[in-house]
Amino acid sequence: MTYSTAEIWAIIVIMGVGTFLIRFSFLGLIGDRPMPAFVLRLLRYTPVAVLPGMVAPLVLWPGATDGQFDPVRMLAAIATVAIGVWTRNVLWAILGGAATLYAAMGVTALL
Amino acid sequence: MTTSTVKTPTKSAYWAGVRGGAPFILMAVPFATLFGVIATDAGLTLAQAMGFTVLVIAGAAQFAALQLMVENASIAFVLLAALAVNLRMAMYSASLVPYLGAAPLWQRACIAYLNFDQTYITAIARYEARPEMTIAERIAFFLGVATPIAPTWFGMTYVGIVAGQAIPDAWALDFILPIMFLAMVAPMLKSMAHMAAAAVSVSVGLLLVNLPAGTGLLIAAASAMLTGALVEVWMERRAR
Repeated sequence: MTYSTAEIWAIIVIMGVGTFLIRFSFLGLIGDRPMPAFVLRLLRYTPVAVLPGMVAPLVLWPGATDGQFDPVRMLAAIATVAIGVWTRNVLWAILGGAATLYAAMGVTALL
Repeated sequence: MTTSTVKTPTKSAYWAGVRGGAPFILMAVPFATLFGVIATDAGLTLAQAMGFTVLVIAGAAQFAALQLMVENASIAFVLLAALAVNLRMAMYSASLVPYLGAAPLWQRACIAYLNFDQTYITAIARYEARPEMTIAERIAFFLGVATPIAPTWFGMTYVGIVAGQAIPDAWALDFILPIMFLAMVAPMLKSMAHMAAAAVSVSVGLLLVNLPAGTGLLIAAASAMLTGALVEVWMERRAR
């Protein structure tokens, strides 16, 4: 890294302020003014619209295997989603997914 | 008798939030430690690494910025890329408006500071499931979710900086993050519209994965939201 101390601090502070403004944006500016019905409809899908697209490349092409498809990680991902849909419980899905990951890694290590 | 022992609805909402946020300690511990280790290796001082974690408090963007800084990218590019990674949070901010818009400005500012993937998803799932919650209960719940996560994130970054021990690859920690995100989103797939939105998000996200820093994800998210809303309208019309 060849930045000066001041440059490093500038990056950190601007990133901090910028990130806060992104998070504050709509919540801060709109407040309790009513929003159009179709916008509210769109916003209801925010979580299921952002996270799957964010995770899909990490599942198909994991960084840890240099982007090579890995059946163990795929299996753990499928187990996590299945348990999450079935139990509707985040904690069970995390524990089930992690257990599947480590169990499958253990099995492949033995083979 | 003191009233402090009486469980007010706001207090129980806060503690329900703490219970909802607690599982994410599992994620905050390894990743915050890892950030501390990498930041120190990259040459940041203790104050800089801690400042980074406390001011930005967004895992993915912190790692992305650090990676670009190690590569000596231009300052403007580091900032643009890292902020692009965080742009999805503008969508989170907008989707919280119907639930928290009426709260006082300073409370909305606190929520904005703590509005990251884990707190947002946990809170929005609760708000949807319990429309009868008051604004004060919603704020209390959100702060409750952040309570176990944010201090762990800060504290373990410090441990990573000081201890400087990398975590062995054999733990496959790279994949705990995807598992966490999948576990958060799977219980929310409760209608055809939600599943259609998720499917579009995955397909477009994979298709545009090579676009620079997060722009593909934004396009994927926008198309998925549109899909969800349109399927919902279509299903309502059919039900009539």
